[in-house]
Amino acid sequence: MQPKQTTRSREPGPERIRDRKLYRELGLTDEEYERVVRCLGRLPNWTETGIYSVMWSEHCSYKNSKPLLRRFPVDGPRVLQGPGEGAGVIDIGDGQAVVFKIESHNHPSAVEPFQGAATGVGGIIRDVFSMGARPVALLNSLRFGTLDRPRVRYLFGQVVAGIAHYGNCVGIPTVGGEVCFDPRYEGNPLVNAMCVGILDHEDLQKGVASGEGNPVIYVGASTGRDGIHGATFASEELSEASEEKRPSVQVGDPFKEKLLLEACLEMVKENLLVGIQDMGAAGLTCSSAEMAAKGKVGMVLDLDRVPQREAEMTPYEMMLSESQERMLLVVEKGREEDIRRICDKWGLICAVIGRVTGDGRLRLLHKGEQVADIPVQTLTDAPVYVREGKEPGYYREFAAFDPEPELSGIDPQEALRKVLASPTVASKRWVYRQYDHMVRASTAVRPGSDAAVIVLRGTDKALAMCTDGNGRYVYLDPKRGGAIAVAEAARNVVCSGAEPLGITDCLNFGNPEKPEIYWQLAGAIDGMSEACRVLGTPVVSGNVSLYNETKGQAVLPTPVVGMVGLIQSRRHITTQDFKEEGDLIFLLGETRAELGGSELQQVITGRIAGRPPAIDLEKEKRLQDAVLEAIRRGWVSSAHDLSEGGLAVALAESCIGGGRGAEIDVRTDLSAIAFLFSESQSRVLLSASPDAAEELEHFLRERGVPFERIGRVTEGRLRVRLNGREVIDAGVGELSDVWEGAIPCAMNPSSTN
Amino acid sequence: MRFAVPVFPGSNCDVDCVKAVEEVLEQPVDLVWHTQTDLSVYDAIILPGGFSYGDYLRTGALARFSPVMEGVREAAEKGKLVVGICNGFQILLEAGLLPGAMRRNDHLQFRCDIQLLRVENARLPFTRDYREGETIRIPIAHGEGNYYCDEETLAEIKRNNQIVFRYAGENPNGSVDDIAGIVNREGNVLGMMPHPERAVHRWMGSADGVRFFTSMLKYWRESGAA
Repeated sequence: MQPKQTTRSREPGPERIRDRKLYRELGLTDEEYERVVRCLGRLPNWTETGIYSVMWSEHCSYKNSKPLLRRFPVDGPRVLQGPGEGAGVIDIGDGQAVVFKIESHNHPSAVEPFQGAATGVGGIIRDVFSMGARPVALLNSLRFGTLDRPRVRYLFGQVVAGIAHYGNCVGIPTVGGEVCFDPRYEGNPLVNAMCVGILDHEDLQKGVASGEGNPVIYVGASTGRDGIHGATFASEELSEASEEKRPSVQVGDPFKEKLLLEACLEMVKENLLVGIQDMGAAGLTCSSAEMAAKGKVGMVLDLDRVPQREAEMTPYEMMLSESQERMLLVVEKGREEDIRRICDKWGLICAVIGRVTGDGRLRLLHKGEQVADIPVQTLTDAPVYVREGKEPGYYREFAAFDPEPELSGIDPQEALRKVLASPTVASKRWVYRQYDHMVRASTAVRPGSDAAVIVLRGTDKALAMCTDGNGRYVYLDPKRGGAIAVAEAARNVVCSGAEPLGITDCLNFGNPEKPEIYWQLAGAIDGMSEACRVLGTPVVSGNVSLYNETKGQAVLPTPVVGMVGLIQSRRHITTQDFKEEGDLIFLLGETRAELGGSELQQVITGRIAGRPPAIDLEKEKRLQDAVLEAIRRGWVSSAHDLSEGGLAVALAESCIGGGRGAEIDVRTDLSAIAFLFSESQSRVLLSASPDAAEELEHFLRERGVPFERIGRVTEGRLRVRLNGREVIDAGVGELSDVWEGAIPCAMNPSSTN
Repeated sequence: MRFAVPVFPGSNCDVDCVKAVEEVLEQPVDLVWHTQTDLSVYDAIILPGGFSYGDYLRTGALARFSPVMEGVREAAEKGKLVVGICNGFQILLEAGLLPGAMRRNDHLQFRCDIQLLRVENARLPFTRDYREGETIRIPIAHGEGNYYCDEETLAEIKRNNQIVFRYAGENPNGSVDDIAGIVNREGNVLGMMPHPERAVHRWMGSADGVRFFTSMLKYWRESGAA
């Protein structure tokens, strides 16, 4: 039956949508529109066109990335829920599981940084508690242009403030993440938010509708005209016209989120729910369609019952609104009053807005008329595009490039100062002290170490978590860069004393319709997949953010990996800070002259070129296993992953964090610059008490992990001698000033506070 | 010794306070929903941190009208121990149970850190296990901790030894006279911006908050209320 046009006469009719190709404005191509017509067996009206356009946007359907995402390993003995639900779930023993996911909010943050970032945090929190989990930690991975640009300072400051505003108020500690600065993110910053939650197995929920006649209940904030077409906006390149899309950005209310969180968890504890899903991207449309499709049922919604914040909203507006802090529930018939009781307690609106049907259709009623009638499966069964990748010219060009000659003449001490002052390497205290990272009183390792650690109350266990992703490496070699992102994240949690469990990933790339971009995406996914397989860390959830371009310029291809690891005992919790004077310092792994894409190369030459560091995943696995075992045996005082800035930066950070110095004396065939600033992979800096050293060395030899004893922890100064020549001799206080001061100075050059 | 931790919509340190009382003191403690008015069975009340009512209008400005505040006021009048931590402090100020007012941090940013405090008065029910003048490390986490009172009030609270904690080293919010925590004249109602409940185990980065809780229990036992 042809549904009625909505009452609003301003909306174009089906023929006009076809003839004027108005669907193009909503992001549908001609071929996609024809497919819609075939799905319906007739022309869609305006509401239906809008519904298809958001459901088939890249943001909701992954139509460009799906064939590539299938390459990820998603299974493992502990995986309770892989990709496809609100968040991934991994068993951690004792009847508990960890739930986590990362998601991007890049486009909203580019035009309205405070609310864009805040609502990104709100969305990821809902993804986690809609699984039935109590959110226990937040992390975020941020990329901006360079801080000499006023607009970048504005974006950076507002994004951080927005994250703080939301997370602090909801009362979930923001415990970690990273911030990197590079000119190639200038017009299109990356704002990825990750949430980690804990649940008891029996509380696991799913976003699925079932049981014909069961009520569909709307809970949370009322629906307004905000965020209409946010998902479509997120699937386009940014341009000057994007500023006009500011109304696509929603405004968050963390207080309401806190109430919604507590109310939903009470419903979970009372076992009231058949299905639950966040009304996030594409709001009511996506949540209702996905829940019905997963349950292989239909749904009828009476839009007059949707709580509305504004008068005269049309079905189109209600279905596409991305108003925040809303949840869609399916409960068993007869439990409506229980839901109402809990919502009343928390002062939340709830309304029965529809019911589950057996006809497999999404039908919408408005003012007594049927205004949409769509076979549900056609919404979630979006077109899939297998695109062609093409190796970009720069990749071949860089094959022969040797980065070392233009860097090796620099004085190592001067180089260290410059790298420590680079905002990407410098202390992020300015950022994380705006985040409440201690609420919930479970944070054992605060931001600033390789990974954050939170303890699990009632057990001796703890969780380590971090995010990682070096866009420069991926740009120079997507496959290696992708593998390194996973390996480094795993190394970070290992250095904290944890066994890596699994990852969530956020793939931030440019326009996939460009073959060179598609090549980057495919390569990165291949590299990540291989690393996940070797390291035993399946991908349990994730998000794809494409079209990160401004004026045709893509961001650095940036897959961000969020890793969670399990610490068996609190005694194993380890940080990167040197602990005791007299402890011996070991460098594990092999150092080669690998300066392509390094922090030093960027800082000194202002660009990146060459090949990124190589990675041998078998060696990586052996190193990580050995480090974890050494930590568990109690031999390790501190452990620090070597990453941006290489050994020099790792030493400086371990000294600064511990308020101690180090004396290093090594012989090497490499140049001083290469030895100190190479970013060779699979390396870790350990310190151990002299009593433990012999056993540790014996153990590492037995495990076949290359290592060298390079020095010892001292008081107050960092001194490095290479082949008998002193190349660095600096007060740790002075290095600390450089490292701590870089971002505050860049952000607020005229203030002393 | 029986503790109550009132929960307002938006409180988020309520469970942390419960954990601290349970883990440090092993005493009974209840979460009390904000609609409850009778708190007469409790010996001490801890108003927790968070963002009651979303901090809308002004921090603490709406929570002071919650029904549970009747019970809090009664307890204060009876000389029972009442503690307000962070948002709890802001609520006590708005309720008029403590003198002064709270402003946004002078740098306009939220600030979370482990902060050095100086114990200025160690003869109170909340501080008797500390040494006077001692420096302790307690976490802070607030956007509005910039305590203010007029000069007259400041002179008075100084005279009465009502300043309990001062920030040592850097003042993180611009508060008058580096004030981090104060008591009422009678010494049974305390408000402080730092979070002692976040410093009760060494793995938290500091265990200096333990003695805050043990002081209360010791006072209660010695005062014969037990």
